[in-house]
Amino acid sequence: MKSAVLVFPGINRERDMARTLKLVSGVEPAMVWHAEHELPAGTDLVVVPGGFSYGDYLRCGAIAARAPIMDAVRAHAAKGGLVLGVCNGFQILCESGLLPGVLMRNQQLKFICRDVYLRVERSDTPFTRGYNAGQVIRVPVAHGEGNYIADGETIARLEGEGRVLFRYASPDGIIDPDWNHNGAINAIAGITSETGNVLGMMPHPENHVESIMGCTDGRGLFAGLSDHFGKAA
Amino acid sequence: MEVRQLMKARVTVTLKSGILDPQGKAIEGALRSLGVEGVASVRQGKVFDIELEGPTDRAKAEELLKQAADKLLANTVIENYRVEVVG
Repeated sequence: MKSAVLVFPGINRERDMARTLKLVSGVEPAMVWHAEHELPAGTDLVVVPGGFSYGDYLRCGAIAARAPIMDAVRAHAAKGGLVLGVCNGFQILCESGLLPGVLMRNQQLKFICRDVYLRVERSDTPFTRGYNAGQVIRVPVAHGEGNYIADGETIARLEGEGRVLFRYASPDGIIDPDWNHNGAINAIAGITSETGNVLGMMPHPENHVESIMGCTDGRGLFAGLSDHFGKAA
Repeated sequence: MEVRQLMKARVTVTLKSGILDPQGKAIEGALRSLGVEGVASVRQGKVFDIELEGPTDRAKAEELLKQAADKLLANTVIENYRVEVVG
């Protein structure tokens, strides 16, 4: 799996992401600066990592979404290439129009930095094939603006087309407002594009991949992606 | 020598009605706790004061400001904007 991790000023989780990609897939990812106009030839997966691109100025992800490299990411996605956005990366993908909707300020107005439980909604996607549908995984979140919202029609389409891959849930997989820490509509934690090849999610699976991290629940996402390309090749 | 006149403009970005505004709510609560009487509700937004050196008339200026708002200043999924040339 050849992956490319985008780097914007103010991004700070790109090395966690790169380390995880290397660890799980065995291949060192390319780090791609935002001012570039092209992705490395043969890129399978583009990852937009977390952090605070441009200091979250204007709106989270707004300025990064308009960087030169994003045209190349749009072209990659249009060809069916996979794109994963985590945290600020999810915000950037929404701002760039690659994913619908927007991440608003958390309902409780607090920056939330802790582990949450996610219910994996389906396992028949390149991103979730490492899990079982209905499986609950524990992964960290660290965000102030993760409260996903879109207009009613968009939400109905996301739900109808099975594009919600992760929801905030209880450890038993129950969807409940008490476990929806940021107030996202329908407890949405991660969604895909219409064509299913772009995933945006607020939680950080890359931070739960080794036992020294206290949990390895995030590993399935990267192992699944790696298998997807391994078998496709 | 020609003195270039800068045109002053303002773009105001506000949340669409129906979009929850937790920041506005917090400000509303803070005003109440400060004893500012009679505040029914608060919605917050952004103001951009912009100087233009390109366009020569108002219509062109407004066109340019709309472009700026659509491309970057507002996220039209959740926000409305208003452009005005102020002088």
